[in-house]
Amino acid sequence: MIRLIPRVENSTAMVLLSPLLALTLTALSAYLIFVFILVDIPVSSVFFTLFVEPLIDSYYFSELLVKAAPLMIIGLGLSIGFRAGIWNIGAEGQYVMGGIAGSAVGLYFYNVEALWLLPLMTVAGILGGMLYAGIAAFLRIRYQVNEILVTLMLTYVAVLFLSAMLQGPLRNPSGFNFPESRIFHDSAMLPIIWEGTRLHIGLIVAIILSLVAWFGIKKHMFGMQIKISGSAPRAAKFAGFDDNKTVWYSLLISGGLAGLAGLFEAAGPAGQLTPGLPQFYGFTAIIVAFLARLHPVGVLFSALLIALSYVGGENVQIEYNLPSSITQIFQGMLLFYFLACDILIKYKVVLFKTKN
Amino acid sequence: MSNRSLSSVVKLSILSVVLAFTSNVYADPVKAAFVYIGPTGDHGWTFAHDQGAKYVKEMMGDDVIVTTVESVEENSDSERVITSLARKNDIIFTTSFGYMNPTVKVAARYPDVKFEHATGYMRPTDNISTYSARFYEGRHVIGKIAGRMTETNVIGYIASFPIPEVIRGINSAYLAAKSVNPDIEIKIVWVYSWYDPGKEADAANALIAQGADILMQHTDSTAPMTVAEEKGVYAFGQASNMREWGKNAQLTGIIDDWGPYYLERVQAVKDGTWTSTDVFHGVDSGMVKFAPMNNSMPFEVRNEASKAIIDLSMGAIHPFTGPINKQDGSAWLAEGETPPNYPDLLTMDFYVEGIDAKYPN
Repeated sequence: MIRLIPRVENSTAMVLLSPLLALTLTALSAYLIFVFILVDIPVSSVFFTLFVEPLIDSYYFSELLVKAAPLMIIGLGLSIGFRAGIWNIGAEGQYVMGGIAGSAVGLYFYNVEALWLLPLMTVAGILGGMLYAGIAAFLRIRYQVNEILVTLMLTYVAVLFLSAMLQGPLRNPSGFNFPESRIFHDSAMLPIIWEGTRLHIGLIVAIILSLVAWFGIKKHMFGMQIKISGSAPRAAKFAGFDDNKTVWYSLLISGGLAGLAGLFEAAGPAGQLTPGLPQFYGFTAIIVAFLARLHPVGVLFSALLIALSYVGGENVQIEYNLPSSITQIFQGMLLFYFLACDILIKYKVVLFKTKN
Repeated sequence: MSNRSLSSVVKLSILSVVLAFTSNVYADPVKAAFVYIGPTGDHGWTFAHDQGAKYVKEMMGDDVIVTTVESVEENSDSERVITSLARKNDIIFTTSFGYMNPTVKVAARYPDVKFEHATGYMRPTDNISTYSARFYEGRHVIGKIAGRMTETNVIGYIASFPIPEVIRGINSAYLAAKSVNPDIEIKIVWVYSWYDPGKEADAANALIAQGADILMQHTDSTAPMTVAEEKGVYAFGQASNMREWGKNAQLTGIIDDWGPYYLERVQAVKDGTWTSTDVFHGVDSGMVKFAPMNNSMPFEVRNEASKAIIDLSMGAIHPFTGPINKQDGSAWLAEGETPPNYPDLLTMDFYVEGIDAKYPN
């Protein structure tokens, strides 16, 4: 029999080193896989394309940041909720609803070129995500419905709603009846912060938000509340924390941020609302949040790492004709090793014999 | 030879060398890239495009370097993939409608690269072509077969997205079936996906449960064909021959043959003769073909279908020939009238009269 026994003291060094250890193990496993599947191609050049080129080629680096920005924003919101033990699994749905709400505003004022348009769209995007996550908060508080199920199921509803909107009111009137919105004009688009690339202001917003969240969790009473609610619910009750408030705040914050990311995607790289808006950012952000150990600044780095796997994985597909599932394999291994390392830091493995 | 004429010979030869370098004739292999919506697999839409890419490679050999990228989502990722390819290729085929705006954006940034977008309509810069096939001609043929072969008089139609191409297919199949069988009824299930074996199989089962004994699909997986084979009903292959999945079920199949078009376009890049075009070819040019007809079909039915194929290839018939009314009873085409490509065919967003289903909105 194998049993996991909690360690009395966690090694601080190991806590800090475990992400690196997980990364190394992932790289080693990837190496082994490549050795087996690659014919005629040196593993080192595949590794270069996968892990290094996206960091040194300016175009790929800009794309890596484009890909990371929504993961940062959603991951940040999720990490706050997860700390409180509120499991919002359906950020994808809130992301879609935010994208729809914000885009609808942009399309409603299609003929208006004004400075206030983008801020208004942004507010609509955040509200769209918030209200959608609010449904789960309401159901949980009023009827004790599990928020995991509600948020997850509502994701499917959101995707169908997007499709309905693009078949109907938001469809491009001169678009041959294809389910796509019009293309936003300039004042409805996010400002580009790196000339000649698609890198938009969302990255800066993500960084500012993560710093705000960091200080918020450290200094603000609410930070304390979600921390304790998540790790010691009974203690939170004794301390007089309002349970319902934790649920509301966790879901509204994570939903609002997911909605913001959805609008940023539509008004950023996509430049219009299309059925391709949902692209699993909401689900991938769950990995991002856990890789960061739910730390608001750590989320920035784990988002970069996941984005690297996307851009690098795509490049090896183009360059060496490897299957696109390389990216998923890489992400899965990374999360697996990371969680495994964390478990082994917190617990020790004890082997003992059972009497038969 | 005087000095003067010698110098002009030198000048001429320099000029010709310069010309050789600046004109678009490629001495090196042409680099052609293909972007696919799904996995290449062994059947369906992407498979058919990949067959086209392989055909180009086979025919041009060392004169071409072919790169393919599969499973590229129709979202902002596709713009990155197309950009990556534009940095290293001479011509890029983006083989799904959803790549339209990304293709347009990248084409504007890479004026020296040629772009070919399948099933779209935007050509804002002169380095973009669009191409598509008149699949509704294929639907006409299978519609006739279905009208003859059904016993329950119910056709089950598994549809993907309500876009003009899919609507054209439904209307064309229905009209053809109706022309040989006035009692025909068509039931349509929308799966809102191009490729989702689970949903497609569910749709197939649901349609059979509603009395359909013949299935048509505008989706890419072989799941409906497999279900048809199991349940002992008929079906038609989509985009490629699916006989392997339905030896008894498949009556014939509509086959997309992109190879000759791809070869022509890549060769044009090599020859420096490529120009922006808009191609909408059908049975006549061989872009739409048919899988061998099932031997279980009665001779008359096979004969009628073959005749329709020949008539289509000669341009003797048009699947949409008036009088045809729209579903709401309003007139669309007058007696003997056929619709223009634009706007009627390319923006089609209505069912024809007689289809008893709600138009998806």
